[in-house]
Amino acid sequence: MSNTPTQQILDFVRGRYPQAEIDETQDIFALGFVNSLFAMELVMFVEKTFGVTIPNEELRIDNFRTASTMAALVGRLSPTLAVA
Amino acid sequence: MTVIGVIGAGVMGVGVAQNLAQTGHDVVLVDKDERILSDALATIARNTRMSRLMGGPALDADEVLARITTAVGAAGAAKCDLVIENVTENWETKRQVYEVLDAECGPDTVFVVNTSAIPITKVAAVTGRPDKVVGVHFMNPVPAKPAVELIPGFHTSPETVQRTRDLLTAMGKKSIDVKDSCGFVSNRVLMLTVNEAAYLVHEGVADAESVDEVFRSCFGHPMGPLETADLIGVDTILYSVEVLYEHYADSKYRPCPLLKQMTDAGLHGRKTGRGFYTYASN
Repeated sequence: MSNTPTQQILDFVRGRYPQAEIDETQDIFALGFVNSLFAMELVMFVEKTFGVTIPNEELRIDNFRTASTMAALVGRLSPTLAVA
Repeated sequence: MTVIGVIGAGVMGVGVAQNLAQTGHDVVLVDKDERILSDALATIARNTRMSRLMGGPALDADEVLARITTAVGAAGAAKCDLVIENVTENWETKRQVYEVLDAECGPDTVFVVNTSAIPITKVAAVTGRPDKVVGVHFMNPVPAKPAVELIPGFHTSPETVQRTRDLLTAMGKKSIDVKDSCGFVSNRVLMLTVNEAAYLVHEGVADAESVDEVFRSCFGHPMGPLETADLIGVDTILYSVEVLYEHYADSKYRPCPLLKQMTDAGLHGRKTGRGFYTYASN
């Protein structure tokens, strides 16, 4: 299961913030040490990793709060990667 | 409408050009080669797209980019009434740029020096128009920061200051007036803080994450000094500390050897993908 979008996103966030104990439903922006600049990195990571282009109307912070919401966004943009 | 010249398409020049364009100003963005300029336009397109995500206004990238033209060489700003210069914080580089601008631009063109440390009076002295040279210390990322330091040089006229303040207001910036002094207010304090934080990492007292966490968790700062260094650019931090060291001839500004090594190694922070932290590439 390590290759699901949710897991890949979690691995990326944990790699950048090793001190954080986060799961897929945790709001990473509510943790206090993640700022809006990281949101931009998340956009680039998601687009590059999953080969999608996120349309402007989806570039909202709410889509990037948790690994689950990001994976759901990926699923909307690329049905073949949709989380079961 | 007049076109505003933005010299230097690095981190600051790109931010200034975007901020001007998104507030309805036409801009000519100038640097020394085409590749830097095409990268700059790609960065502006990306940052404009991310604007709302970063807490800014929703922007149309095409509209913003339509207001920006590019040119190679400082002479590209010859027809501008006002030029904002953002080249590297290196005296020799700035001096050469001002010699070209002074020769190419009309006698009434105002030169705005975007610097975090270099005295405005010293820059003004290499031009034939010291009354029309004024300093503005923009903060990074420029479009997201609501205030700047506004610094008249010794000879700067009140008209030049007012004209610049009006432009800043139109860009959505509050000007905080500061007298001309190397490093002004912000960097006399910030650069020493970043430099000392780098010494703590260099000496093994704490790693970068721990240094920054002290500032975030204990002091409530939104970012720690080393994250800030990565945002500003580690190379720019080093140049700024060196400028302070040379200007005041005071050993309290001695640059941390780690900053020198990181600069030599290309670990310049967010813009190169690695500094005190590692970043996802685009």
